[in-house]
Amino acid sequence: MDSAAPNIRIEIRDLTMSYGSFVVMRDINARVKRGEVFIIMGGSGCGKSTLLREMIGLKEPTRGDIYYDGSPFWASPPEDRQKRLRSFGVLFQSGALWSSMTLAENVGLPLGEYTELPESDIAEIARLKLALVGLKGFEDYYPSQISGGMNKRAGLARALALDPDILFFDEPSAGLDPISSRNLDRLILELRDSLGATFVVVTHELASIFTIGDHAIFLDAGTRSVRAQGHPRELLLRSTDPVVREFLTRGDSVSQPVVPPPVI
Amino acid sequence: MSEATPVSPLTFRREADGCFRLALSGDWLDRAHLPSIEIVAAELAKGGTATALAFDTTGLGRWNSGLIVFILRCADLCQSQRIEFRVETLPTSLGRLIALSQAVPERADAAITLEQPQFLQKVGESAQGVWSGGMGIASFLGENILTLGRMARGQAQFRGQDVLLAMQECGPQALGIVALINFLIGLIMAFVGATGLARFGAGVYVADLVAIASVREMGCIMTGIILCGRTGAAFAAQLGTMKVSQEIEAFQTFGISPIDFLVLPRILAMVAMMPLLCLFADLIAILGGFLVAASMLHIDPGLYMHRTLDAVSLTTFLLGICKGTFFGVVVALTGCLRGMQCGTNAAAVGQATTSAVVTGITTIVAADGVFAVLCNALKI
Repeated sequence: MDSAAPNIRIEIRDLTMSYGSFVVMRDINARVKRGEVFIIMGGSGCGKSTLLREMIGLKEPTRGDIYYDGSPFWASPPEDRQKRLRSFGVLFQSGALWSSMTLAENVGLPLGEYTELPESDIAEIARLKLALVGLKGFEDYYPSQISGGMNKRAGLARALALDPDILFFDEPSAGLDPISSRNLDRLILELRDSLGATFVVVTHELASIFTIGDHAIFLDAGTRSVRAQGHPRELLLRSTDPVVREFLTRGDSVSQPVVPPPVI
Repeated sequence: MSEATPVSPLTFRREADGCFRLALSGDWLDRAHLPSIEIVAAELAKGGTATALAFDTTGLGRWNSGLIVFILRCADLCQSQRIEFRVETLPTSLGRLIALSQAVPERADAAITLEQPQFLQKVGESAQGVWSGGMGIASFLGENILTLGRMARGQAQFRGQDVLLAMQECGPQALGIVALINFLIGLIMAFVGATGLARFGAGVYVADLVAIASVREMGCIMTGIILCGRTGAAFAAQLGTMKVSQEIEAFQTFGISPIDFLVLPRILAMVAMMPLLCLFADLIAILGGFLVAASMLHIDPGLYMHRTLDAVSLTTFLLGICKGTFFGVVVALTGCLRGMQCGTNAAAVGQATTSAVVTGITTIVAADGVFAVLCNALKI
């Protein structure tokens, strides 16, 4: 760990993933500062989701490691990894709520596992977390009884259950209508400002990237490595790389940048 | 003839500059057959070399994908015969579709190329598959043993209500089918036994036959197989669906072991329910045999009961119950194993379920064979 960079929350060093001769990603390097929204973007099949899965402990990289607050994740013993996982909150693409439990039980389960709180307090906290994401009154609903957008928000409430330091989002806008998607973006910004947590968001939604991103890396499907990184707006205005420009302008124009949406 | 039944007429014209013009007319909506490209090829071959292929579409009515396919074949023909293909002579919309269909950029890196494997490669891959399958089973069993250890220390993460729910699913809800099948097995054994034994005047020993066969073998093995098809398949489907919807990964990201939370309650439920189900199955099978003996074979009911009680020793009874419990563990483990190994699409859930039943039944029958050999060696 570089002692000169105490505000670096996550550092990805030389991360490589391959299946035999098939390379999924090669030498990924990136740093995420405390309290920022870090975007992993790129076209389909560029390894965004694989990178996220490696960051949240679901897939071990072939080489390289991810350093959280300076300590390596994959090189540490499994018990330490388990402990580290408890400081994470993960929102999966579909919400991935446990379908046999009510929303309150979904949010309460991690609390029940990792705290000594009595059930009444757990229920109270679960209600609070659900209220935070706008699901007051839906505590006793099952995931199948609510809409996709609500499922996603409930997933966010569950991700917030253990007051995580880092929140990971896998395609938060996927399958949401534009309004729900914008509301979710707003919620992410509000949570960043109020919780001071660090966010890692995998997305290819341009509107989200420009609205919430503080720092972004662009993964290239061809070279399977980081092609560009920086603030998304800076990338849009300054990048001379045609591939990055094409992605950020939706391929509408390679020379004329689109006007980024206003910051909410 | 309805208007939707069109003809796809073609006329050919050779122009002065060597251009071969194909006139398309009428509606091209026929879904039964397209004009054969051979007609065009034959016309082209007739009367000297053509330099270009053009179209005349002034008489063309409505059309569907069939026309596009026909034109694409014409384009291929032109390419093979090195004739200019004048796509600009087609209507704009048709021309665009042709251009689109030929210009789909195929990203080589976004899809895995499928190569036809060689024989040795196939053998190697199957061997690797068997090895990794074996390793998967071994590591799953190992994880389960670790989980049992954690449970013994009171550290396993699972909810009591999940155990009760699984118990309800594999216990009371299975009573009907277990009763029906074992009742019929009891009836069949009594009938089959009676035919053989009556010849020696030993009809009364039907009671012994039914009692020993059901308590020692049939009760536990049939219950095992029924539960494998019923509960084992359900376990595989439940866990497989959870895998598809990323629910299992959600447990992992919270540092909660899915084995603790999902597999352990199911194994505990099976271990708790199987001895009871086996006992129930034994009683029902004996009842089946009794009904046949009393009503159709005219054996004295009192004598039948007496012979039954005499035939079944405590060892036989416990052997059946122990085997049944073991089969219950097999069913829970194979169901959960296949569920946890499930891929991430809908078809994979079906495969996981099938595989759970096949693995479960095979293991039960094979294990029963091992039990038989062991009992013989130990003279039980």
